[in-house]
Amino acid sequence: MNRYYWILGAFAALVVLLAVGLNLNPREVPSPLVGKPAPAFRLAVLGQADKTIGPEDMKGKVWLLNVWASWCVSCRQEHPVLVDFSRRGNGTPIVGLNYKELRGDGAIDMRRVPAEQEVPMALERAAGWLKEHGDPYLLTAMDIDGRVGIDYGVYGVPETYVIDKAGIIRMKHTGPVSPQVLNEKILPLVAELNK
Amino acid sequence: MIIVRTLVFALGLLSTVVFASATYEAAIADDPVAEKRLQALSKELRCLVCQNETIADSNAELAVDLRREIRGMIRDGRSDNEILDFMVTRYGDFVLYRPPVKGITLLLWAGPILLLLIGILAMRSYLKRRAVEVAVADKPLSADEARRAEALLNEADPK
Repeated sequence: MNRYYWILGAFAALVVLLAVGLNLNPREVPSPLVGKPAPAFRLAVLGQADKTIGPEDMKGKVWLLNVWASWCVSCRQEHPVLVDFSRRGNGTPIVGLNYKELRGDGAIDMRRVPAEQEVPMALERAAGWLKEHGDPYLLTAMDIDGRVGIDYGVYGVPETYVIDKAGIIRMKHTGPVSPQVLNEKILPLVAELNK
Repeated sequence: MIIVRTLVFALGLLSTVVFASATYEAAIADDPVAEKRLQALSKELRCLVCQNETIADSNAELAVDLRREIRGMIRDGRSDNEILDFMVTRYGDFVLYRPPVKGITLLLWAGPILLLLIGILAMRSYLKRRAVEVAVADKPLSADEARRAEALLNEADPK
């Protein structure tokens, strides 16, 4: 009899283990960048031909960096949340990082795009998308070849970073920002960092 | 008929595999040493998009970009360790197929050995208990019991 309790106990333990394991999100990989300075970059700004942007321009402010692209379906899902966030106007700027606007689009055969056309085409598409869906961004930096994305450890667009006044990354969220994530995680963190 | 169709399908699949690796080999041809290093390194790295594939195996966009990045770093004369560090600072230990031994990964590394030890201990205690049981059961028969057994055997096997 004793032995059956033992087997039953072992089985129950296995069930608990598997239940926990199955409910973890394998996409949620902890970013080693949290607590580290935001990697430097200098990129062209969408819609302002003579301007560039980098993280050091944002020093002294708490800000969000949101990685997006017009081909990214989940970005469409989170976009209203960001637009709403920017309209509520608590003054926290969101900088957009447009990630591989053309190259990341599986529907485009890059071999057919002439090299000198790539940037203008990407700019036009990105601007068109913001016009259609609303523009919550202070600025959008154009990461045409995805190199800056690599420095930020981007592996699934959209991704959102919370960066503090000293330019340290305080949080990274992979996947679309839901109203819940915004209200329960991002907003409290931003409020605390702004103190 | 179905068998023939299956065979044709299998051959078709096979040919795409051969074709795909052929185009990949073509890219490798120009610098064998560097490409060998690229191959070895990309087999150590996990593609974060399709998490059970290495960067060498994956055709995800990110894997293609990362291979290009590794190629560039090899060309710049960076060491294997520098290249792996580059990946870890961006994507974390998770990007390594052989994560380093440290606090958080201890269970991962020691787990199998631990399970083996538990198994050995459980088996030892079981064998010990069984030895006692067998010893008890194997006690030689008393003269009386032997006579009874004999009688029973003769009875069961009348000749």
